[in-house]
Amino acid sequence: MLSIQDIHVKYGAIRAVMGISFEVKAGEIVALIGANGAGKTTSLRSISGLVKPEQGKIFYNDIELTSMPAHKIVEMGISQVPEGRRVFPLMSVLENLEMGAFTRKDKNKIKDDMKKIFQRFPRLEERKNQLAGTLSGGEQQMLAIGRALMSNPKLLLMDEPSMGLAPMLVQEIFKIIREINSEGTTILLVEQNARMALSIANRAYVLETGQVAISGEAKEMAENKEVQKAYLGL
Amino acid sequence: MDFTSNFIVQLINGIALGSTYALIALGYTMVYGIIMLINFAHGEIYMVGAFVGLALVTIFKVHIIIAFLGAMLFCMLMAVSIEIIAYRPLRRSKRLAALISAIGISIILSNLVNLLVGPKPQTFPSIEKILFEIKSFDLIAGAQINTLQILLIIVSAILMIGLQYIVKRTKVGKAMRATSQDYDTAALMGINVNRIISYTFAIGSALAGAGGVLVGIYFGVVKYNMGMLPGMKAFTAAVLGGIGSIPGAMFGGIILGVIEMMTVAIGFSSYRDAIAFGILILVLLIKPTGLFGKQIFKKV
Ligand SMILES: Nc1ncnc2c1ncn2[C@@H]1O[C@H](COP(=O)(O)OP(=O)(O)O)[C@@H](O)[C@H]1O
Ligand SMILES: [Mg+2]
Repeated sequence: MLSIQDIHVKYGAIRAVMGISFEVKAGEIVALIGANGAGKTTSLRSISGLVKPEQGKIFYNDIELTSMPAHKIVEMGISQVPEGRRVFPLMSVLENLEMGAFTRKDKNKIKDDMKKIFQRFPRLEERKNQLAGTLSGGEQQMLAIGRALMSNPKLLLMDEPSMGLAPMLVQEIFKIIREINSEGTTILLVEQNARMALSIANRAYVLETGQVAISGEAKEMAENKEVQKAYLGL
Repeated sequence: MDFTSNFIVQLINGIALGSTYALIALGYTMVYGIIMLINFAHGEIYMVGAFVGLALVTIFKVHIIIAFLGAMLFCMLMAVSIEIIAYRPLRRSKRLAALISAIGISIILSNLVNLLVGPKPQTFPSIEKILFEIKSFDLIAGAQINTLQILLIIVSAILMIGLQYIVKRTKVGKAMRATSQDYDTAALMGINVNRIISYTFAIGSALAGAGGVLVGIYFGVVKYNMGMLPGMKAFTAAVLGGIGSIPGAMFGGIILGVIEMMTVAIGFSSYRDAIAFGILILVLLIKPTGLFGKQIFKKV
């Protein structure tokens, strides 16, 4: 479904990603794990078209995304829950969700999807007229996920959805990720919480300083000595 | 005329003048809100609007309403082109670069008009010839309001209500707000950020063009450098209301117009400009976020 082929990304003189390749197959949950600064966010931003790789290619179902503008990539069925949630703070919860559906024209289906999101996150419905900037961290994360789902994506990119949340909420978020996946959305999940990520992923890639260090089946990775030592604190 | 009557007359004059400041201030605030640029050429867009309106009425002999809409459309297209040519290439540069580019555009536009029509003030055909006879109505204490003032205030109000509707309710308006809060995330929603920035310039400049024609009708003259002072006052109004805030620009404009005419009412008419800019300095010193400034959430 998604194929990243040897991409290199620079920010000015800083080389953030130096030749990363990986694949995501339809229906999977694929985890990207690795320390801070390893290039996880940059990889997701490249897929979404927010940064342009200076080398390498990105394909989505055989369509090249590499030089496509970000707003077109959303239309292809790829949406992102960005790092740090990035809700629109001065817009209401409802307006944030509407923005998620920006590329869609099927008004009735949008309404249905909004209902589904409110069923999944009743807290958002209670607060639908509240400004998103006044929500708690957990609520903002739910809003960011709901907003990304409003585009009705086939592939959902999630950048550290559990960051800064209480353990209870982390559990909840991972449960939701699994549900979204079982309803047919493919997921590429970036996480610092490697243990949780490996527990729900089919496959995983470990990034180190802008390159793929280890990759494989998530179960095997969880038992890999190197991964355990470096990322699972065992 | 006694004091009360004079007060009311100047209040009405102030609201009328303030409405034109508000129309121009909206463009400053919208553009600042979305690309953090103080568009120094905005006053000149207003001036060009006035001249386009004049040309349409006198040379092309169209109806004033068509001229009004034509001036708005012209300003829209002009501002969108200016943004693409002079600001977009500098979007990732230091903010000062775009500011200097804006000053350059402002100089080009006023000189271009000077070259085309000359430095002499041009008279705008009287409203009595092109639309209706001016009638006055008595208000309390012998003060009067005339149909021209009513026209100016009502047209401004309609435009501002229309703008509020666009920004609050329509898809484009919501996309404008989203983009002004966070470019990257707006792009992740599938919003074409460049296009939304163009829309913002288009709408803000259409309002300035409308303001230009209204002022032409109201004061009866237009001049190549007429954008300078009202432009700076409208900028003051935008800062007073809280730059980036749309209701702020509306109220800031009206408040500034009223204060200015009150200065005239109490007999300090030669200080009216000084008072306006004094307010700018005071706001910047005391409350830089203005009356409606909403720096509650930090911009990402
Ligand atoms: N906007 C930016 N400008 C400059 N350097 C950046 C920027 N974003 C990320 N980097 C650098 O790129 C590298 C990879 O960052 P990132 O992709 O955010 O890593 P991760 O998400 O794995 O923590 C880091 O060294 C980081 O400092
Ligand atoms: Mg990151």
